[in-house]
Amino acid sequence: MVGFPILTLMLAVPLAGAVACLLVDAPKARVIALAATLIDFVLGMVLWANYDIGGAQWQFTERVELFAGFNWALGIDGIALMLIALSVFLMPICIGASWNSIEKRVGEYMAAFLLMETLIIGVFAAQDLFLFYIMFEAGLIPMYLIIGIWGGADRIYASYKFFLYTLLGSVLMLIAMLWMVNEAGTTDIPTLMQYDFAPEAQTWLWLAFFASFAVKMPMWPVHTWLPDAHVQAPTAGSVILAGVLLKMGGYGFVRFSLPMFPEASAQFAWLVFGLSMIAVIYTSLVALVQHDMKKLIAYSSVAHMAIVTIGLFAFNPQGLEGAMIVMLSHGLVSGALFLGVGVIYDRLHTREIDRYGGLAINMPYYALFMMLFTMASVGLPGTSGFVGEFLSLAGIYQVSSWVTLVCTTGIILGAAYMLYLYRRVIFGEQKNADAAAMPDLDTREWLMMVPIAAAVLWMGVYPESFLAPMRKDIAALDARVARAKPAGDAQLKAGKPKPAAEHAEHEAAHEGAH
Amino acid sequence: MDWSHSLRLVAPETLLSISGLVLLLIAAWGGDKASRLISILAVAALVAAGFLVAPALCAGAMGPDTVAFMGQFRADAFASFAKLLIFAAAAGSLIVAPVFFERLGAMKAEYPVLILFAALGMSIMVSASNLITLYIGLELNSLAAYVLAAFLRSDERSAEAGLKYFVLGSLASGILLFGMSLVYGFTGTTSFDGIRAALDGELAMGAVFGIVFVLAGLAFKISAVPFHMWTPDVYEGAPTPVTTFFATAPKVAALALTMRVVLEAFGTQNDAWRQIIIFAALASIVVGALGAIGQANIKRLMAYSSINNVGFILIGLAAATPQGASAMLVYLFIYVAMSLGGFVAVLMLKDADGNPVEAIADLAGLSRTRPWLAAALAMIMFSLAGIPPLFGFWGKFVVFQAAVQADLIALAAIGIAASVIGAFYYLKIVKIMYFDEPAGKVAGESDVAHRALLFLCALVISPLGYLLTKCLGGLADTAAAALFFAA
Repeated sequence: MVGFPILTLMLAVPLAGAVACLLVDAPKARVIALAATLIDFVLGMVLWANYDIGGAQWQFTERVELFAGFNWALGIDGIALMLIALSVFLMPICIGASWNSIEKRVGEYMAAFLLMETLIIGVFAAQDLFLFYIMFEAGLIPMYLIIGIWGGADRIYASYKFFLYTLLGSVLMLIAMLWMVNEAGTTDIPTLMQYDFAPEAQTWLWLAFFASFAVKMPMWPVHTWLPDAHVQAPTAGSVILAGVLLKMGGYGFVRFSLPMFPEASAQFAWLVFGLSMIAVIYTSLVALVQHDMKKLIAYSSVAHMAIVTIGLFAFNPQGLEGAMIVMLSHGLVSGALFLGVGVIYDRLHTREIDRYGGLAINMPYYALFMMLFTMASVGLPGTSGFVGEFLSLAGIYQVSSWVTLVCTTGIILGAAYMLYLYRRVIFGEQKNADAAAMPDLDTREWLMMVPIAAAVLWMGVYPESFLAPMRKDIAALDARVARAKPAGDAQLKAGKPKPAAEHAEHEAAHEGAH
Repeated sequence: MDWSHSLRLVAPETLLSISGLVLLLIAAWGGDKASRLISILAVAALVAAGFLVAPALCAGAMGPDTVAFMGQFRADAFASFAKLLIFAAAAGSLIVAPVFFERLGAMKAEYPVLILFAALGMSIMVSASNLITLYIGLELNSLAAYVLAAFLRSDERSAEAGLKYFVLGSLASGILLFGMSLVYGFTGTTSFDGIRAALDGELAMGAVFGIVFVLAGLAFKISAVPFHMWTPDVYEGAPTPVTTFFATAPKVAALALTMRVVLEAFGTQNDAWRQIIIFAALASIVVGALGAIGQANIKRLMAYSSINNVGFILIGLAAATPQGASAMLVYLFIYVAMSLGGFVAVLMLKDADGNPVEAIADLAGLSRTRPWLAAALAMIMFSLAGIPPLFGFWGKFVVFQAAVQADLIALAAIGIAASVIGAFYYLKIVKIMYFDEPAGKVAGESDVAHRALLFLCALVISPLGYLLTKCLGGLADTAAAALFFAA
């Protein structure tokens, strides 16, 4: 596979599809979009199959000096591979979710989604700092249009908030990038990951990057755009937002903040922990009192992302692996939950929890799938959620018992709000006649739910498939940040073993007594 | 002094003035019926002049060989870069004019002639290496511009715009002249090289006043805050093809002139003027962004947008480095493409009777009635806001890069944070076109010339524009090197 530009091809396919979608009518646009995303999915699987685990750190690299000041440089490591796989996996499902529910301006909608896919893959595959930035920022445009044109009643406010919040977060990062490139003399991300910036400079650079990634992630208190955007976006928009776009923040921490500024990361770890602890508790409590299903899941996303951030800043391999698995798992599970909300929203056109009830009676299969995803969100062993949360918390426990304590409480609260949601929507009596008359899943919805359910179980039962490609990169990252690793608060001391001789003497004395 | 050498260097200007005079004669005898022909000939003259200046840019002309008429005039690569942009913008505003004026029965044969003389004035401005040449070029351009602003005699707003422009423009010329006389008084010379040498070392208080007044006069010409207040009124009142012209060519000329004066003549006293430029830059960015938010007329909005963009360009000037100058030129190129495209799109907004639609509210739902026009306008808006992957981002990128390289990190950080304010009103236009229910106002069709011009501009600012970065960056670097060589 040397030399074949598969990553460029993966970027080009959806882009070509997007242009094609603009030129044809609605039914053709749907087919083109589905075909383009499926081709990209196949390419993504080819990428995974050909990824040499344990081989070079950066694979499938491409480098063309197309532009002044930066290059068309692509390449992936295991972390990027997994996130690209997640993206190409969710994309056809998003198109499927929009198949019937989007009725107006279908061509433009599909074009926006395909453009989004190009940019998402571009973010994860970029090996040039400015190429990354361009892809990272450009994603705002299609998402702004998706929320604003096809969103709910309050979509305009949500789209503005989404755009301006994330833009304000990112622009300072650009200045930091310009400074870094000026200092290091290269725009190449792998080189920059090995470059040691002066610790004083790192502080500022870290903060500038943090401003961007914390908003994208999103971390408390800059998370407020997320519930608005989620609630107003169409189903597939929410799926892609929760499933992939939020991962860009985590990816940013893994790719930039940690390896490029290890000292500053250690210096600010307390900040991340503090914000994450507040997020876990606060947003979980907020989620408990929501009446809107999407809002509830949006707040649960913030809580899950806080588990990701504490795992990332645990400075040990468990924490990092856990954070990555939580990201992948959350991508699948929250995507699936939003799809689940979309399924009943398409039937009743409301997201009010009170308008449903007793769906287990008339929609048994739907109830089954939602049970699985609810449990995965709670972190039941056997599902993907458990693996990630356990590893993250195991990682952070080596650093701080208090943070672990607080975050584990958050997981209990998570169980509370998810199960409470499930009880109100799926169980109980059928108090609304129209909700009771809803038909169960149709074939299209089955086709969307089954792959995600399979992936969730697979990741829960055999996470090694997903961890293996990332292990070496995480070890490299761990080695990179090791020099700044903060001391844990546990102060583990090996117990004083009894001197063997004394013991033997004792034994002997004992024997002698007899 | 080799006269033939000097004459060769001013060949483009000679060509423009002779064609202007000949076309004036044709206009006198042919009358308004000949205006289309004259427009075509004027475009041809601009293209020919463009071919005459291009070699200097490609060859990277700099040094004593480029000086004509004993240091009055300098035809180096820097001037060539600016002239090419000016000629292209002038040609663009000639192409879109006839359709607009003919509908009102106001197409006069003088229009292309005036544009030609304005272009000639600007061409002299950017080549000036002496305060006197500078002033001649500036006034030649301004006189033509005053007439152009008031060109629609039947329209009160146009007359008002012309008068306002004239009164305020004269005031600014006066301030500039006062500054020039102070500078002359304290340095004893009007040549840029002489001023540069004389200002080196301790700066006399009077010379500081001179620098401040010169910069104030120039700030008026580039419509930088706090001398920007004429811009929205003139842009709104002037006929749209003229506004297209004002927003592009004179901006390039005035900014190039400012670069020359500041970097060449005052180049030894960077600290004296840098704070003025930094203030003007940040104030322009903020005022341009805040002022635009409440606007209901698209032309006024574009006026504030141009104030905003000038602020970003000035950040490159504050860097006072060749990188900064090169970044400004790159930004200017992109800015011309965006503004030209923007105003061509505005010209294409017509109701069923062909009347121009200028109210922003009437753009509602444009994406459903005129999807391609709306897409082009949305691209221009996102590009003006500097959102990647559109090419407008690249302009901001190089300017901020130059600022960071010059260690002006605080300026860059504040400037880029303020750019988010600007994003708000650009987004508003996109929102109105894409999210709102169609108002059905825009219904008129446009001719091929408009569409082709808009397509060309949209192509440049699309992500494909990044393929130009190498070539554009190289040319801008050459031009900036010429500017700094002269200094």
